[in-house]
Amino acid sequence: MPAITPDEVRHVARLARLELSEEEVARFTQQLGEILQAARRLQELDTEGVDPTFYPLPLRNVFRPDEVRPSLPRERVLQNAPEVEADMFRVPRIIEEA
Amino acid sequence: MQDRPTLAESRSAREGLPPGWEVVIGLEIHVELATRSKVFCGCSTEFGAPPNTHVCPVCLGLPGSLPVLNEKAVEYAVRAGLALNCRVAELAKFDRKNYFYPDLPKAYQISQYDRPLCADGWLDVEVDGRTRRVGIIRVHLEEETGKLVHSTATIVGSRYSLVDYNRCGVPLIEIVTRPDMRTPEEARLFLEELRRVMLYLGISDVKMEEGSLRCDANVSLRRPGEQRLGTKTEVKNLNTFKAVERALRYEAWRQAAILEEGGVIRQETRAWDESSGTTILMRTKETVEDYRYFPEPDLPPVQLDPSWVDAIRRSLPELPAARRRRLEETYKLPAYDASVLCEHPALADFFEDVARRTGDPKAASNWVMSEVLRLLRAMGMEPADLAGRETWAAYLSEVLDLVRAGTVTATVGKEVLEESLRTGQPPSAIVRARGLEQVGDESQLVQWVRQAIAANPDAVASYRSGKEQAAGFLVGQVMKLSRGKANPKVVGELVRKELGPPGQG
Amino acid sequence: MTGAVAMTEEGALLFGSIEQLSERLWRGEISARELAEAHLRQIERIDGEIHAYLTVVAERALAQAEEADRRIARRRQEEGGAVDVRRLEPSERLVGIPWACKDVLCTEGVRTTCGSRMLEHFVPPYSATAVRRLDEAGAVMLGKVNMDEFAMGSSNENSAFGPTRNPWDLARVPGGSSGGSAAAVAAGEAVFSLGSDTGGSVRLPASYCGVVGLKPTYGAVSRYGLVAYASSLDQVGPIARSVRDCAIVFEAIAGPDPMDATSAPGPVPEVLPTLELGVKGVRLGIAPEYFGEGLSAPVREAVLGAVARLEREGATTVEVRMPHLEYALPVYYIISSSEASSNLARYDGVRYGLREPGDDVVAMFSRTRRAGFGDEVKRRIMLGTYALSTGYYDAFYVKAQKVRTLIRRDFEQAFERADVLVTPVSPSVAFRLGERVDDPLRMYLTDIYTLSVNLAGLPAVSVPCGFSPEGLPIGVQIIGPAFAEARVLQVARAVEAAVADQVAHRRPAVAVR
Repeated sequence: MPAITPDEVRHVARLARLELSEEEVARFTQQLGEILQAARRLQELDTEGVDPTFYPLPLRNVFRPDEVRPSLPRERVLQNAPEVEADMFRVPRIIEEA
Repeated sequence: MQDRPTLAESRSAREGLPPGWEVVIGLEIHVELATRSKVFCGCSTEFGAPPNTHVCPVCLGLPGSLPVLNEKAVEYAVRAGLALNCRVAELAKFDRKNYFYPDLPKAYQISQYDRPLCADGWLDVEVDGRTRRVGIIRVHLEEETGKLVHSTATIVGSRYSLVDYNRCGVPLIEIVTRPDMRTPEEARLFLEELRRVMLYLGISDVKMEEGSLRCDANVSLRRPGEQRLGTKTEVKNLNTFKAVERALRYEAWRQAAILEEGGVIRQETRAWDESSGTTILMRTKETVEDYRYFPEPDLPPVQLDPSWVDAIRRSLPELPAARRRRLEETYKLPAYDASVLCEHPALADFFEDVARRTGDPKAASNWVMSEVLRLLRAMGMEPADLAGRETWAAYLSEVLDLVRAGTVTATVGKEVLEESLRTGQPPSAIVRARGLEQVGDESQLVQWVRQAIAANPDAVASYRSGKEQAAGFLVGQVMKLSRGKANPKVVGELVRKELGPPGQG
Repeated sequence: MTGAVAMTEEGALLFGSIEQLSERLWRGEISARELAEAHLRQIERIDGEIHAYLTVVAERALAQAEEADRRIARRRQEEGGAVDVRRLEPSERLVGIPWACKDVLCTEGVRTTCGSRMLEHFVPPYSATAVRRLDEAGAVMLGKVNMDEFAMGSSNENSAFGPTRNPWDLARVPGGSSGGSAAAVAAGEAVFSLGSDTGGSVRLPASYCGVVGLKPTYGAVSRYGLVAYASSLDQVGPIARSVRDCAIVFEAIAGPDPMDATSAPGPVPEVLPTLELGVKGVRLGIAPEYFGEGLSAPVREAVLGAVARLEREGATTVEVRMPHLEYALPVYYIISSSEASSNLARYDGVRYGLREPGDDVVAMFSRTRRAGFGDEVKRRIMLGTYALSTGYYDAFYVKAQKVRTLIRRDFEQAFERADVLVTPVSPSVAFRLGERVDDPLRMYLTDIYTLSVNLAGLPAVSVPCGFSPEGLPIGVQIIGPAFAEARVLQVARAVEAAVADQVAHRRPAVAVR
């Protein structure tokens, strides 16, 4: 009973926007399968009534005041941009799936 | 395939809804909060800046950046929740909503999933004289995305797009209603009242045209009496209140057409297309993203002190519904007047100021509803701009006093008011300077009446042959001669006196 | 190969401690510029073989050094000549001291790659808080050092720019992911460095390279500017050649930061005043779970030997149980990969970093991420995405977070009876390059003793306690309760003193040619 199937691997790759070759799909299926198998061990533990540790520190209500601070100069905002047009980041067309 | 736009379109051109069906509507509304800085960083939220000039490592999502929560955004969100009669959560937290899109710099949006700030509220809406209560499921805080500009007018067919991150990180509240609305009109009225509440709270300028108020709608059909909900579709791209109503009406007919043919509604996201008056398929459920929500590790939870929440509750301003009632009761105004005056809190404030000064609420109401609103539009202003303009309230009050005293006619009064507002000169000064006092001297009036009669034999003949309205024409002529300064009522009496009763040869 | 060092002039400059060098700087005996130049020469001499550095910023470093010299001169003038080092303000201790920065911390105007093709040409417009604090303290940054890509790895073999080699044996790994940070310090290419630790990435390379590495309590040091791997586990940590040096750097970078909502509030922690107190009466917790089958003999010997020496100095040992330790590996991998899958989603080619062409934006995303990320990063993104996805979130992510609570409780219970825990850092000493790359699961086991510390958010230090028969360094891990850095470093200092005869003054041969 494989821990993960190649189809699931392809689905996850799509969710993560990672293009994989068929060889990679096969390799990751096997490697992820091993890791997930090891992870299944966690099911043997009884965690009834145990709260998850989403936050390492018992902090609450960490705020900043509503004050304007200087933004980055525009050249710095754009300095690492792969493609710029009219002071904006240019990207290839966005297809709305239908 | 299952779309029959032509059929549905022709049906929806009528006002009604598909007979034999109950239309179930829920709304998802986004409101941009008017804090000075963004929700997780100190960049300015000011509208209209040149592209990418209000951006920092945090809202640009640079590697290593971290969010820190703006306390004012939390306060505004709580105010909204309280005004909508919600329960404020004891413990609220943030979650990451993960998806890829160019306007989302971190490829996740910090939002709230299972522990929103506020939940379980309601808002009453007046529909056809009845009160409908619309449930509010939740009000939560999240961050705005950037703005996309496409190489063509819309995203469809565009070869590339440009991204501006100025708006990215502006605080948003998302308000989700229960599917309690039953007609498109109700939905529009609800949205309008919700907008008014936000204006009254002063937490947003809620302008749909600027994107600070956005609305998506969910609509499904079921047979009357049926308990289960039908499959719903989501409708987006609703840019005006009218569009909300028209789109929902179209969608109801579209769904009815499908169901009546024995078809099945697919859970889809559809975009309203203003030019064709139809909704167009955007995405089916199969292509819906898996957002993989999980608690945002970079932001500790928010645990609101009940006494702080109480202080906010006590400091809430008078809300639109209460204000309308009070205006009706205190000033004995008809519901219609109260409704118009309470469109904007600044307008209602202005009205009350004038009413108090002049002691004639009905006159104040009439003039505010007609003249003041007209003048604002003519001057390129809005009701919001009345805030702080006590001098204007004083001026209007003065004009009303002058009219009531008979010093000037109403017609002249309107001119004087306009000049007063534009020049900043007090009305009495203008009246004096231009000699606009109403002419009360009867001999002068009689002179003008005789002049008008002499100059308009046709009208006189018309009147003598029985057409009473001709007298009105003659009164108008006298008003011209007097440059508006004659008292029309008195002139009317004089005309009749001169000519005798109508229809006398 | 190791060799005893004859203290040459150059050697003294390259292997001095912070306080030794600081004293000479403030006395006017050496200049900060000289000190920086000596280090740049060392880098030039040996980094071709070690490959610790990805970016050397010679000009910038010399400019910082000259500024340090001006600052020292001004102060000396105020004092009328000599400045007593013992009376230096904490903010003055690091003036003129050269250091290396792991390439995972943003440095304004200086390329920051995170060991990845994705950020090969990325120049941040801002600096991390920890970096800024060192800049303000007058320290001199020599450059950015190598690491496993996006901090994912235990051997520094996952760098897109080639591995770093262990200075003690160039055929072996330095450990990871802060491999460059540890190797540079061990080889005299920097006096101290900053690394980051998510599952052991400061402690493991410190152990493999024979230097001291501290992972502070979660929240003790700001994460602002630390490129995120796993948000609830990451911490910035100092690496140096002595416990005292580590402590000095820690005090300079720790403390609350308004830019990091998860940074611990409260005053800046003080660890130096109690550093030399020794271990009399200190209860050392020994958990059998750390000394089981997988532990290699030399490591076991060295660690237990260190414990015995501490007992001779007045410490007592007490047995504690850590029943959930065996689950730390899957818990760590699920949580860190889940958070990483989200943290690394921003690398999409739109605003910065690599962009591969695509007909439409989704094609661009996928091709960019395909080309920009190495295998290990892809593997963890996939694992994390899976663990968070609908249908698996409760069974994997939430479950792992609950078991994390059980692990935290194990530590809490242990600390009721012990002041610190003493454990090995890793089952073995540094392994050979290429030995574990094809076996991810085997590679993950390298970290089994260090992972649980991050899950519990506790402070821990790795301090050298011996050498293997082949002359490879072995470190011992001291773990303390939350915010007990002072105690942890105090015990580490005692270990250092106790094993000094064996360990101190040994230098990697490559560093002293």
